[in-house]
Amino acid sequence: MGVGRPPGLRASRTGRRIATAGLAALLATSLAACVQSQREGDGGRTMVFGAAGAPALFDPFYASDGETFRVTRQMMEGLVGFEPGTAEVEPALAESWESSEDGTEWTFQLREGVEFHDGTEFDADAVCANFERWYNQTGPGQNAALSYYWIETFGGFASDDDPSLYSSCETPDQSTAVLELTRPSSKFPDALGLDSFSIQSPTAMEEYGADEVTARGSSFEYSEYAKQHPTGTGPFEFDSYDESNQSIVLRRNEDYWGEKAELDRLVFKIIPDESVRKQELLSGGIDGYDFPNPADISGLRDQGFDVQVRDPFNILYLGISQRSNPALRDLRVREALARAVDKENLVEANMPDGAEPAELFYPDSVDGYPEDVTKYPHDPQRAKQLLREAGHQDLTIEFWWPTQVTRPYMPDPRGIFNALSGDLEEAGINVEPVSKPWNGGYISDVNQGKAEVFLLGWTGDYNSPDNFIGTFFGSTQNQFYTEPAPWGGELAERLEAADGEADPAAREEMYTEINRSLKSEYLPAIPLAHSPPAIVTSSEVEGLVTSPLTAERFAPVSLRQ
Amino acid sequence: MLRYTVRRLGQLVIVAVVLSILLFGWLRALPGGPVSALLGERATEESRAQLVEQLGLNQPLHVQYWKFVQRAVTGDFGVSTGVQPGTPAMEVFLQRMPATLELSVLALLLAVVVGVPLGYFAGRRQGGWLDNLSITWSLIGVAVPVFFLAFLLKYVFAIELGALPASGRQEVSIDATHATGFYVLDGMLTGEWDAAWNAFLHLLLPAAALSTIPFAVIFRITRASVLDVLEEDFVRTARSKGLGARVIRGRHVLRNAMLPVVTTIGLQTGALLSGAVLTEQVFNITGIGQALSLGFQRQDYAVLQVVILATAMVYVLVNLVVDLTYAAIDPRLRER
Repeated sequence: MGVGRPPGLRASRTGRRIATAGLAALLATSLAACVQSQREGDGGRTMVFGAAGAPALFDPFYASDGETFRVTRQMMEGLVGFEPGTAEVEPALAESWESSEDGTEWTFQLREGVEFHDGTEFDADAVCANFERWYNQTGPGQNAALSYYWIETFGGFASDDDPSLYSSCETPDQSTAVLELTRPSSKFPDALGLDSFSIQSPTAMEEYGADEVTARGSSFEYSEYAKQHPTGTGPFEFDSYDESNQSIVLRRNEDYWGEKAELDRLVFKIIPDESVRKQELLSGGIDGYDFPNPADISGLRDQGFDVQVRDPFNILYLGISQRSNPALRDLRVREALARAVDKENLVEANMPDGAEPAELFYPDSVDGYPEDVTKYPHDPQRAKQLLREAGHQDLTIEFWWPTQVTRPYMPDPRGIFNALSGDLEEAGINVEPVSKPWNGGYISDVNQGKAEVFLLGWTGDYNSPDNFIGTFFGSTQNQFYTEPAPWGGELAERLEAADGEADPAAREEMYTEINRSLKSEYLPAIPLAHSPPAIVTSSEVEGLVTSPLTAERFAPVSLRQ
Repeated sequence: MLRYTVRRLGQLVIVAVVLSILLFGWLRALPGGPVSALLGERATEESRAQLVEQLGLNQPLHVQYWKFVQRAVTGDFGVSTGVQPGTPAMEVFLQRMPATLELSVLALLLAVVVGVPLGYFAGRRQGGWLDNLSITWSLIGVAVPVFFLAFLLKYVFAIELGALPASGRQEVSIDATHATGFYVLDGMLTGEWDAAWNAFLHLLLPAAALSTIPFAVIFRITRASVLDVLEEDFVRTARSKGLGARVIRGRHVLRNAMLPVVTTIGLQTGALLSGAVLTEQVFNITGIGQALSLGFQRQDYAVLQVVILATAMVYVLVNLVVDLTYAAIDPRLRER
């Protein structure tokens, strides 16, 4: 110790170091030869869109969430589609259609010369194969967690007792598909434009076992088809889903039957955190994202980003359940609530630009919307008087609102709750606040009718009154719990009758009348506001046409150089 | 030695079982759960009941737990409902582990490369300007919450200066080949150097943010330990023997001061993982930290179970290895 090493030893140590470095370099180069690069050359013009969540799968039939549909919508098409920028039905894979007098037989003339991405020809057999696939779901496939839109639109399946709207699909020739229904429905043909009813390649579905979905642990495991081989007819086709980098790549379908996509590649990058999405846009990492926080909109615009506000196609309402609090079964009490609420102020203070106070349970772009309905302008004095008349001067209600959530129709639940509960208290109503996490009991309790008064809303799937008020009041034992009301069953029956009316004019008249009654004699809940969801892109993005259904197609989009 | 190892492995099994029971019961005591996650806001009472039945969630808890164990021993931990819906939870964990490891290793490396020399020089010149400056810096490192620092770094370097990527692990348009899941390594292995570089650039800001915690600790331990060693008899002896200052510092002070530092570095792994939860969220890094926070937000039982259990197992195993090493060094620890 304390004596320096002989010079020779020091040199050999340096030598060892050199040898080690050399070995490491050798190892690195030999490893480099081990793994083959799988690159396919230049990516071309690529747009990257920020998504909030991972899609559950790429088979839209088993999906009901916007994150999944945003991706599958670019790859797949249905028999009908929606005119860009509106909720109006337009031809897609069917060039035209007509229904029989009684509304139970629908004949679709199919577009010719269309191929699926795997080369399979699109024809009447393919259309019927899809309908038969949907109708013949078994086991987990019949669960609303998977086939939500089938159940909502068509009801039951081949193998269960629930009556189905679907009867059969015939192919008189290869460019004609004839759908037989068991009864007429107002949902037709609009519902066929829903993403879940996209027509997919029968060959690919069979090859990759599209229907092999199994319950496993506390969830479902999807098929190889749904995860890796979704095959439609759309302007983009599936390229890859990199789960470790949470990004989905679609590439242009060079053989698309219509106008081909401008972009070479369309990438969806999953960024769960809202503020991270915004920062990523600011730093140029993504070209756009959906549903920017209303508070960010003016700031984004100032920085030169393109914020488009869609036409509102949703409703926020103050729900009322008649299940537990008997006072709420009294029309005068419900009217008092309607009078107590100051919608104008709510929209002004708590809703994004472009939001409007709501008079009915759907926006005026949907059929059967009468202008001349009974209105209940803000009037706390009248509300107090009504409560006195009803003998409920010191009414106490539980007012439920959700935490850990924002929805397009409800950007700020806490702010909305505070505004409304202030209004109610001004009218002399005692408010007992109940707040629960959205997925932590709020939704499930509200759906059981446990919440006396609550905040909730709905975004329309397609342009039909049934999709809004049919969903809300078609059952007497849901969130509104109209069972104890003398008119609960009657309202449900009127809605069912209107949905089943084959003549469009008569149907519209029936819905108009129901809407009038909803305001004058039933008042099962209080419509509050329609608020327009926004979408933001960088200034380089051109040609994005927004949709009130939030169903944008990116095929016409290009990037300015 | 063998008996000792076997006994410790037995303890590992007990820890796993107890933890899995606690975890299983606790997750199911939380409101919400997979049914809400799967059905969403449009659930009806009917569809809810059907799903509960189909997934067996209406069975008694111990029956559900037994089924979970039966599947778990075959490597089946269920399917993710919220983090990466439809993907087996074990796969979610395995896909995301490399991202967190990559990040933690770089953060630790940064902390060591900066913290050790700084601590050494600060200790040698106690009370000097470098000492004061570094102590202040390390205090800031400990006091400022990681996510705030992460956000600050991102704002300055990614958004204002545009010098580094704001989030993610790698640009998608670079079309990299992923063989191991460690993106920097993948790029080197496949010869896609631009991809490796791109992944490395993505790591810099989050690693810098994450490194502040271990940095502060490593710096302070190094400094204190250098101060201690400088006072040791053998240093005085070496000096009085007329040994050159460089040799004393290099061979005696630094080397001896390193012993507690090495131990500390080992202990910092835990802090890194908890720091990763926030860092990964701010920088959208698809690692297990993000899986944890998303798992809680979206009530993903399967993923939470796997991630928490697997992480705990890693801790226990690392502990076991450390203890075994000690036992090998010190026979006194083997008995009793």
